Amino acid sequence: MTGAHQLDVLGLRMEGVGPVDLWLAGGECLVLSGPSGAGKTRVLRAIADLDVHTGSVSCEGVAAEALAPPAWRRRVGMLGADSQWWRDRVDEHFDAPPTAETMAALDLGPELLQAPVARLSSGERQRLALLRLLANRPRVLLLDEPTANLDPDNVARVETLVAHYMADAGAAVLWVSHDPLQRTRVAHRQMRLDAGRAGREPAPGERREAPG
Amino acid sequence: MILLGAWELSLAALLVIASAALAWRLRLGISGSLLIAGARMVVQLLLVGLVLKAVFHQAELAWVALIAVAMVLVAGYEATARQKRPMAGLWSFGIGVGTMFLSTFAVAVLTLTVILGPTPWYTPRYAIPLLGMLLGNTMTGVALGLDRLTQSLWERRAVVEARLMLGHPAREAIADIRRDCMRAGMIPTLNAMAAAGIVSLPGMMTGQILAGTPPVEAVKYQILIMCLIMGATTAGTALAVQVACRRLFDTRERLRLDRLKGS
Repeated sequence: MTGAHQLDVLGLRMEGVGPVDLWLAGGECLVLSGPSGAGKTRVLRAIADLDVHTGSVSCEGVAAEALAPPAWRRRVGMLGADSQWWRDRVDEHFDAPPTAETMAALDLGPELLQAPVARLSSGERQRLALLRLLANRPRVLLLDEPTANLDPDNVARVETLVAHYMADAGAAVLWVSHDPLQRTRVAHRQMRLDAGRAGREPAPGERREAPG
Repeated sequence: MILLGAWELSLAALLVIASAALAWRLRLGISGSLLIAGARMVVQLLLVGLVLKAVFHQAELAWVALIAVAMVLVAGYEATARQKRPMAGLWSFGIGVGTMFLSTFAVAVLTLTVILGPTPWYTPRYAIPLLGMLLGNTMTGVALGLDRLTQSLWERRAVVEARLMLGHPAREAIADIRRDCMRAGMIPTLNAMAAAGIVSLPGMMTGQILAGTPPVEAVKYQILIMCLIMGATTAGTALAVQVACRRLFDTRERLRLDRLKGS
C-alpha cells in the first residue's frame, strides 16, 4: 500500500461477489466493466455502504465506519442507473438549484427546474440527477451506467461535465459502463469484474495475464 | 329485555350462509373463509361468554390479567397474520403485541383508575370489555400501518435508496412513507368518530340501548369509549410504525428489506 488514496477498497466481499481490491487517486477515473450479473452495481452499492459487506472502504484515509452514513454518502456519492424522483417539481429535489451555466453544459434549459418531473424525458431526468448528485460536491463519484438513456450528443456532454468536475474538485470517479468506446474515452484505468471476481483489464497492446 | 334463543340466532346465521353462497356464485374465492370465520365467531363468542361469566364471579386480578394477556396475544397475531410482506421471524408479531400492550393497557388502566374508578379497579365487568374495545380498534390501526409500511418500502425501495445515496438520513428518506402509514392506520378510527351517531350507531351504544340502558347514559359511555379508542389507536399505530421503521434499517442506515419474509 502506498498510503491513503482518494478511494481505497480492500477485500470488499458480498455473497457471490468479491473479493474486490481497488484504489483511485484524485482526478482519476476507473471504469468497471464485465458481464451483466457480475455484480458491478453491487460493488458500487457496497462502496456507498448501501449493502451489507465485509472488507474495508475508505475515502482520503477516512474509513466509512468512522463517519455517519449520510456524511459518508455525501463524500462518496452514487448515481443509480435509473434516476428517482419523489416530489412533483424538479427544484424541490435540490437544496440549492444548479446554475444556468451548469444546466446549459448538459443542454438543459433553466425553465426545467420549475417543471413537473412527470413531464421530463428519462434522459433529462438522468442528466438532472447527475447535477443533483454533484451539488453534494462528492470526493468520489460512483456512476452506474450514467449515460444509458442518453443520445450521443448528451453522452458527450455528460462525459465532459464529469471530466471537468473531476479536474476541478480533484474527485475520483468509478464508472460502470457497457460501452467499449466510452470506456476508452473516459477511463484512465480499467477493471473487469467476472462472475464476481475482479481482475485487471489488459490495456491496449498489453497481453492478458495468465490466470492465477 | 327480549331474550334471544337458538331459533332466533339461527335465522340470523342464514344471512352469513347467504353471503357465502353469493360469494361462491361471484367466484370471490372467500366463501370458505367466510363460513369458517362465521363458525369461529359463534364458537369464540360462546366460549368468551362462559369465561366472562366465570371471571365476573371470581373478580381476581390474576384472572383478569391472564385474560388480558391472552387478548393482547391474539390481537397481535390477528393484526399481523394477513400481512402481505411481514417481517421475518417473530418481528411483526412482536412489534404488534408490544405496541398494542403499551398503548391499550396504558389507556385502560388510566381509565379504570382515574375516570371510571370501580372498586376494585380491575373489576372484570369494566376492565375486560374496555380492553376488548381498545384492542379491537388498535389492532386495525397497527395492522394497516404495518402492512402499508412494508409494502410501501418494498415498492418504493428505489426512491428510498436514491435518497440515501444523496446523503439523506434514513429518517428523512422515509419520512413521507412513515407519515402515510400512520395516517392509514388512524383513518378508520377517525372516520368512525366523525360519522358516529349520524352515519352509524356505534355497536357498543346500540348494544346497551337494546339491553335497556337509557339512551343518554349509553351515549355518554360511547363518547368516553370513542375518545379512549382514538387515543389508543393513535399511540399504538404511531409506535408500531416507528419501531418497524427502525427495524427495517440497520445502524449503517441501510434499507434492510432482507428482514422481510420471503426476500
